[in-house]
Amino acid sequence: MVGIVGYGTQIPRYRIKIEEIAKVWGADAASFKRGLNLNEKSVPCPDEDCATLAVNAARNAMSRAGINPQEIGALYVGSESHPYAVKPTGATVSEALGACPYVHTADFEFACKAGTEAMFVALNLVKSGAVKYAVGIGSDTSQGSPGDALEYSASAGAAAYVMGAENLVAELIDTHCFMTDTPDFWRREHANYPEHGGRFTGEPSYMKHVTGAVNAILEKTKMKPEDFDYMIFHQPNGKFPVQMALKLGFKEPQFRYGLLTPTLGNTYSGSSPLGLAATLDEAKPNQLILLVSYGSGAGSDAFIFKTTERLLKVRDMAPRVRKQLDEHKMYLEYGQYAKFRHKIVKPE
Amino acid sequence: MEVARHWRETPERYRMEAGKCSKCGKIAFPGRMICPECGSTEFTKHTLSGKGKIVTYTIIRTAPDGFEDLVPYAVGIIELDDGIKILAQITDCNPEELKTGDRVVAKFRRINEDGKTGMIYYAYKFVPDVGI
Ligand SMILES: [Zn+2]
Repeated sequence: MVGIVGYGTQIPRYRIKIEEIAKVWGADAASFKRGLNLNEKSVPCPDEDCATLAVNAARNAMSRAGINPQEIGALYVGSESHPYAVKPTGATVSEALGACPYVHTADFEFACKAGTEAMFVALNLVKSGAVKYAVGIGSDTSQGSPGDALEYSASAGAAAYVMGAENLVAELIDTHCFMTDTPDFWRREHANYPEHGGRFTGEPSYMKHVTGAVNAILEKTKMKPEDFDYMIFHQPNGKFPVQMALKLGFKEPQFRYGLLTPTLGNTYSGSSPLGLAATLDEAKPNQLILLVSYGSGAGSDAFIFKTTERLLKVRDMAPRVRKQLDEHKMYLEYGQYAKFRHKIVKPE
Repeated sequence: MEVARHWRETPERYRMEAGKCSKCGKIAFPGRMICPECGSTEFTKHTLSGKGKIVTYTIIRTAPDGFEDLVPYAVGIIELDDGIKILAQITDCNPEELKTGDRVVAKFRRINEDGKTGMIYYAYKFVPDVGI
């Protein structure tokens, strides 16, 4: 039996409203809000990045796990905004947690699915018996090109999971993945902003891969949509995951806690892992949760977890997602946001 | 030079590791070779709680090189629950709204960087302790 021993998150305090972005570009805020179910998004403070969010989320996960950091045998960070092109984020996170030196580390990249990749590998390494505990983290401070549709959603946040074989808060029932080479979204080396392959967005990318992963794991486990208490899909906006869920036979109460995008934005690698954390914050013991990520390029990882009694004991040992999301927010105007995100060009 | 110093100070900067005198219990942060209280040279590792309150602070409006974009920002003396006082930046707040006595908690943050291509320096900063 393997699964989640502890989970933790970090969401920045700063926010920008959709209206504030739309007014700068002469866009219609109402249509973004209605069409994409987006109201505001998180913005990292200038002293926050993928590594700091990962460390602060992982510390919260360690508070809930209650384990000795020296027993962590592997730690993986998934992100599309690693601070360095060459110098692993995972080394900084491992050092900050006190897990060094007997720890295997790698940085993962796969657009928005890098976080669940880290979780997938961490879970299966524990399952193989190679390590006692493994940490999987999804963390991003993503950027959308100024004025592009992605600028309205690209946000920041992190979720960290300590995986192990005992004292579980959620047991892993199964995993499955679905992946093909699809040109829906990319960012070349040295490019500041990503580009998307217009017509590949939606149907041949998100829809196809999420559907593929859901159908595969349901078939493998002989389960049906109605067997799950909760489900979380990757959330590039507030519309896609809801459309997809309803189409596949899930219903509103199942994604009630996991859908965070309307006030969080798309935290990329942190997106579905944060949705899972928000669901664990509210779930009862012995409930079934389906988690399905999506990363452009393109692929989906699916997981089924079953919560345990221990979840109730550790839940309040770190801040809940809704608290980080709903309380003590600090709103930015577009000018401050542009400065925070280094969109203003200064002389070197 | 700066890179080597930062690396050497990793235990303090990343994990807030202090030295606790084995003889009199005095906590020294950063760690020392000789206890300032009793002169003992034996210390054990003590990880600071990272929680405390603001004793005093100032708001920086004219910043040193590398910190210009952060102004106005607060730097304060924090008295930790472990009993020791440390100097640190206070972030994630409107500095005008801070008060002495406010509870704060340490978070892992970027301190500065050597330009766009050099090292990024990480360490602790404090934020208002609002439970997030
Ligand atoms: Zn002493």
